[in-house]
Amino acid sequence: MDFGFILASAAGEIFSPTTAAYALAALGLAVHFGYSGLLNFGQAGFMAVGAYGFAISTLTFGVPFFVGLLIAVVASSAFALLLGIPTLRLRADYLAIVTIAAAEIVRYIVTTNQLTSVTGSANGLAAFEGGFYAMNPFPAGDYFGMNNRDFFIRVVGWALVILCCTLVWLLMRSPWGRVLKGIREDENAVRSLGKNVYAYKMQALIIGGVLGALAGMVFTLPRGAVQPANYGTELTFFLYTCLLLGGLATVLGPVIGAMIFWVVLSLTQGILYGLIESGAVTWLNTVQAGQLRYILVGVALMLLMIFRPQGVFGNKKELAFA
Amino acid sequence: MRSTPQGQPAARRRRLPGLLGAISAAILALLLVAAPATQAASPSPTPSPTNQTFQNNISGFLRDDTRAPLADVTITATKGDFTGTAKSSANGSWNIGVPEQGTYTVELDESTLPEGITLAEGQENPREVTFSQTSNLSVIFAFGKGIVVQQQDFGQNLLNRLVAGLSFGLLLALASVGLSLIFGTTGLTNFAHGEMVTLGAVLVFTFNAMGLPFWLALVLSLLGGALFGYAQDRGLWRPLRRRGTGLVPMMIVSIGLALAVRYVIQFYFGGATQQLPFAQSPEVQLGPVSISPNNLWSLGISAVVIALLGLVLLKTRLGKATRAVADNPALAAASGIDVDGVIRLVWITGGMLAALGGILWAYYRPGVTFDMGSAILLLIFAGVTLGGLGTVFGALVGSIIVGIFVELTTVFGLAADLKYVGALFIMIVVLLFRPQGILGRRERVG
Repeated sequence: MDFGFILASAAGEIFSPTTAAYALAALGLAVHFGYSGLLNFGQAGFMAVGAYGFAISTLTFGVPFFVGLLIAVVASSAFALLLGIPTLRLRADYLAIVTIAAAEIVRYIVTTNQLTSVTGSANGLAAFEGGFYAMNPFPAGDYFGMNNRDFFIRVVGWALVILCCTLVWLLMRSPWGRVLKGIREDENAVRSLGKNVYAYKMQALIIGGVLGALAGMVFTLPRGAVQPANYGTELTFFLYTCLLLGGLATVLGPVIGAMIFWVVLSLTQGILYGLIESGAVTWLNTVQAGQLRYILVGVALMLLMIFRPQGVFGNKKELAFA
Repeated sequence: MRSTPQGQPAARRRRLPGLLGAISAAILALLLVAAPATQAASPSPTPSPTNQTFQNNISGFLRDDTRAPLADVTITATKGDFTGTAKSSANGSWNIGVPEQGTYTVELDESTLPEGITLAEGQENPREVTFSQTSNLSVIFAFGKGIVVQQQDFGQNLLNRLVAGLSFGLLLALASVGLSLIFGTTGLTNFAHGEMVTLGAVLVFTFNAMGLPFWLALVLSLLGGALFGYAQDRGLWRPLRRRGTGLVPMMIVSIGLALAVRYVIQFYFGGATQQLPFAQSPEVQLGPVSISPNNLWSLGISAVVIALLGLVLLKTRLGKATRAVADNPALAAASGIDVDGVIRLVWITGGMLAALGGILWAYYRPGVTFDMGSAILLLIFAGVTLGGLGTVFGALVGSIIVGIFVELTTVFGLAADLKYVGALFIMIVVLLFRPQGILGRRERVG
């Protein structure tokens, strides 16, 4: 078993574009759940809206990159508004069920054969990333073992993560953020102070949703393809695991959580595959090894929620629920 | 929001390791329970391009107008550059594995038909077929002059879909009544309920593959479902309630449990679609309605079981106690009801009902897969929310509405692969105007 290779590929996950996408989406969940107490189980839907909004506007309408980006952001804000209007006045579990249902509706709609000409149905869409890579300022060459394309997407992805983290950090220490945390602690108390709780929740839902849409774009750009199967409910649950691995009401928690999540997944995969190939483990095949990792994710989510509900780096006082 | 009774801080510390042990024990028990499936299912590690290794199937039965099976007839399915061919077996069944879902052109080679047998007038050949949600697609060819393929008569179609929808709705109700009872008595929105549904069907398949008679496999899998419900409550939810864990964390714990159990099932069962015994049956004509015998059985069984459950809830002391706990746990405890006992019973009943629902769902689709339960979890939620969270009869009404709605949308022109969207959309719309659901009590839910 080549430990050097396993460690190297695990370390490579720390700054991979997928990790950046998970970090962004989990940051959106931190705004929703950690800071505002909104139980959004449809973050995968926001990511799908972002990814498809960008891909469809590029492919079907042929708009330039930044217009596509704008359309994705506007589409996800509209999605948040649509979701928020019926549910933000209701209890937390209603929001959970409605958001998860809405995310599935999005996935069914982009999967249906009726819209194949627009969404590509189950095969998805591809070849929309040209406009993005045309802006690549790095000439071809070797950057830390990556080609200029891979390097460019990493730089952009992580720059976006840093930018969004800074914005969320600034927002949460502003008066607006304090009201939001107040809503999380006691909605009625904030309402009695004359604040429009509904509007604040809606704004938080939109901000987190836009972060999800950006994450969806960062997720699909390096793949050069967007497929509906990637945006199932499991994605949202993985994001919750990332969030809890980091910290609920923290800015850097989701980022670190996403890094831990992918490093641990990569390490377990490398070690399990290595053990299987070397013949040390015979009761497992490589397909089952992949499933074993998801069993571990599920158990980790349970244990984290039971024993450290504020997340590994979170503060117990900042808990969205008693 | 309601909260569960708070535990003593001292007791809390002591229980942490115990809880950890209980969870790992539960996972281990699951692994052990599911273990025999390895021999039964044994997913092949290296896929080779044979019919069995594909996860999606197009299949059917070839029978002439006297219902005699037609053997050795060649059928091909094509999509893009993929072509799959099958020959019908001695009992007339044929099955083509296909790599992905989508629209296929299925053609029956008429030159391979036996002497004197021709396709019925109006029977399209080749014809286009499209997968809808499930990984198995049944295609029926009609032969001879006895059965003439009817031009899709709207009224006829409506009636057929209505009955099918009722059957689907009742099997959803089996699962959602359990979910609703659990929500009513403990406040937990259980995302692992879909896995309880899957478990029922997987256990029947496993026991049957081990060579047990079909009826015994059914009984054992119902018991297995009940045991899973009991073990969940005993090993996980009761300790969490004692710790005073909030409802939202419990909901997220149930998601973790759902993920873990789903992949444990896949670990042993594999990713392929398996069929339960007697899964394929030709439709029979019952008065004006044509329905498959399996659907008819499913309709009858779920109706009887739900009627029984309703009777128990309304007429017996136990049922009254359950409803009292659902109404107000603290008050019920104060009036001498053993709240923990009632909750335990609700979990056992819920597990058994979900397993039964899963078995019927495996016949309705048809097929057993590791994610069959999570595929209808949201429809179950939609039924429960439509009817009113926590109300048993609301869950029944809501599920039937969802079932019929899902089937009827295809009659009114919605594509088959969008049929779940309508039900989920209706749920969101109802929440806008009547958040407490159809039968829910008017109360503040925000």
